[in-house]
Amino acid sequence: MIVVLEQIFQVGFLAAIIRIATPLAFATLGEMFSERAGVLNLGIEGIMLLSAMTGFTATSLSGSLWLGVLAAVLTGALMGAVHALFTVALGLSQHVCGIGVTLFSSGLAYFLYRLIFGQQSVPPSIKSFETLPIPVLSDIPVLGPAVFNQFSLVYMAMAAVPLAAFVLYRTPWGLSVRMVGENPRAADSAGVGVIATRFQAVILGGALMGLAGAFLSMVQFNAFTFGLVSGRGWVAIALVVFGRWDPWRSAGAALLFAFVDALQLRMQASGLGHIPYEAFLMLPFIFTIVAMAVMSRNAVAPSALLKPFRREER
Amino acid sequence: MSTPAPLIEMRGISKSFGAVVANEAVDLSVAQGEILGLLGENGAGKTTLMNVLFGAYAPDAGEILVQGRPVTINNSADALAAGIGMVHQHFHLAPRLSVLENLLIGIPGKSGRIDRAGGLARLAEIGRQHGLMLDPGLPVSALSIGEQQRLEIVKALFRGARLLILDEPTAVLAPTEVDGLFSALRSMAAQGLGIIFISHKLNEVRALTHRCVVLRHGRVTGRVDAPASTTSSEMARLMCGHEIVPPAKGPSSPGAAVLTLDAISTSRHSGMALADVSLFVRAGEILGIAGVSGNGQRALAEVISGVLAPDAGRMTIAGKAVSRFSPREVQALGLGRIPEDRMTTGLVTNLPLADSMVLPRIGTAAFSRNGLLRPDSIRAFAEAQIKAYDIRCPGPMTRAGALSGGNLQKALLARELAFDPKVLIVSQPTRGLDIGAARFIHEKFLDMRARGCGIVVIGEDLEELLMLCDRIAVMYEGRIVGTLDSADATIARLGLMMTGVEGHS
Repeated sequence: MIVVLEQIFQVGFLAAIIRIATPLAFATLGEMFSERAGVLNLGIEGIMLLSAMTGFTATSLSGSLWLGVLAAVLTGALMGAVHALFTVALGLSQHVCGIGVTLFSSGLAYFLYRLIFGQQSVPPSIKSFETLPIPVLSDIPVLGPAVFNQFSLVYMAMAAVPLAAFVLYRTPWGLSVRMVGENPRAADSAGVGVIATRFQAVILGGALMGLAGAFLSMVQFNAFTFGLVSGRGWVAIALVVFGRWDPWRSAGAALLFAFVDALQLRMQASGLGHIPYEAFLMLPFIFTIVAMAVMSRNAVAPSALLKPFRREER
Repeated sequence: MSTPAPLIEMRGISKSFGAVVANEAVDLSVAQGEILGLLGENGAGKTTLMNVLFGAYAPDAGEILVQGRPVTINNSADALAAGIGMVHQHFHLAPRLSVLENLLIGIPGKSGRIDRAGGLARLAEIGRQHGLMLDPGLPVSALSIGEQQRLEIVKALFRGARLLILDEPTAVLAPTEVDGLFSALRSMAAQGLGIIFISHKLNEVRALTHRCVVLRHGRVTGRVDAPASTTSSEMARLMCGHEIVPPAKGPSSPGAAVLTLDAISTSRHSGMALADVSLFVRAGEILGIAGVSGNGQRALAEVISGVLAPDAGRMTIAGKAVSRFSPREVQALGLGRIPEDRMTTGLVTNLPLADSMVLPRIGTAAFSRNGLLRPDSIRAFAEAQIKAYDIRCPGPMTRAGALSGGNLQKALLARELAFDPKVLIVSQPTRGLDIGAARFIHEKFLDMRARGCGIVVIGEDLEELLMLCDRIAVMYEGRIVGTLDSADATIARLGLMMTGVEGHS
């Protein structure tokens, strides 16, 4: 037990939390924007995988990391637009379309990856981002090296949270997003384009999911593998509920999940007792289920979530 | 000098939904500072016409002129830009967002941010001008219905509306709130705004408007230039196409009691609970339950309908004691029920009308056999009732929610009366219905009374109760404060009892 506690307070542990939380934060914010506008995006898992693939491929072929990030963001936005086309413009079932987008994107990712890289005995990898210490701040003991000696994408995630809150709560566009998610008819009669606003929110959400995918293949693993996302998209959907559709709470939820995940990794490594490692692997998901069960009682989803908007319908 | 062009003019507007003609060659204009009444029964095309003006529907023919210039209004943004604001019957507000946020939706911000300071200033200014005060920080869900309506009006003014359309604004308001609304509307008209006031309440139209236009079956059937000096019956004739005479009520000849409540008390209830309520209804009589809404009427209706089991007391239907208080039990004993809210507890809006019409008796031999539904007999039943009650709808398989309020109420009435109940309990039977539909419902009640049914009518409209009922009981804070014979009852006396003063006949 003492061993475990000692490891918790290591710099590496804090840094691990931040690293694990980053893709979750991007994905959770992306899903949150989409759902605040009234569109559930179950395509998230596939969008993350496809973006991870395109980002990795673009970097691998061009040698530019930022070009890869851009490719991933564009891929996410494009798949968001596809989801919006079906669910917003055509008003089809959000569940069915979302799962369709995930299946399609995943299949496409595998297919294109094989097409481009073939079957190699050693999977191709890229040279990842290097950490970017922030002067002065990175010298703070413990916190500095963990939080302020990170990758630029991590800093972007840190900035994305207050930015998302600002956009959602302080800008006219954010108000429109919240209004179309609560009562699209009210937004429509106030002259707000419901279809356009929902498209924008789902596309922005897709772009953020793309960033999450980019982080996985270009920072965390430096390679693309088929099990790369492994349920992180689904976790993000749960974290949005856990975070009550609020940027700050959602980011907090991502950090909490990352904490439990980092903890179980350490517990695996410490070889605690004779517990099989699979038991530790389960911990973050058990945590998610319990947290959801407790917290989601008071969580109220956007009123118009899952409801397509058609104007002439009475 | 020529007269200035009217603020808004609609010329030859026609609009059809499939085979249904909602508006046909309608002409209408509103001048600055004028309050125009738009009268018509439900389904006469008032709301459709205004939705055309507000850009929700595109007209099939006709044009709209704003101050003499033709404009095209394709959506609400166009309408707002043309200075047209609309207060819908069902408010367009997001309950979880604040008053200020609901106000600022769709308003461009200041340097990319929501302009809260500017919004607050305008809100206060409009509030002072017309007596429309609102707390900007409250979530809309915390506002009363009257305040939500006020917010809708402020929203329209905030966007610079010069013409304000109000679709049946008084249907949801208490009498005191109506006075406040009217004085605000008069103040706006005095400052040069044009107002279109949609209603089917004749006395309100006469009290408020300068001029009115009457619609029937989508066409203009009358124009009244001086509503205040035109009689209600004249306007009713324009609306309905024929004279409206109150139904004749025959003398009562009550038989044995068919429903008795003996010292019924309830504890937990979301509204007001019942305390020691005793009453009876005899065969062939109508008992009215008067009272300000929220004084236990809902609990009373729920107990009688078998939805809510009382903590103490006894109830009998047709002489038999009710033991389990389930809807099925009271129904088997001969109770028919028309609930207060047609849309939520009355029927299932997303299912075909036929399904809703057999819902309470779905398990009986008439509609199912060996655990399977009998779609043919369900359909036949619905078709027969649609014909017998003249329910206007494309057919029994129409989605129930697509019907108008009057037709829904007829459907609910048909579904209960088809099984010849010994006792009928109805809440707010004609709320939101126009004169013609209300008249039809009243006739059916009197008809049932003549055939020996005991009827309990829970309502707030005292004139209606006095016209229909043989006796009227008044509820106050979960108790019956007194019961009067209709002959002895006056509105003044009932009104006094409704404030808790005991009365005996």
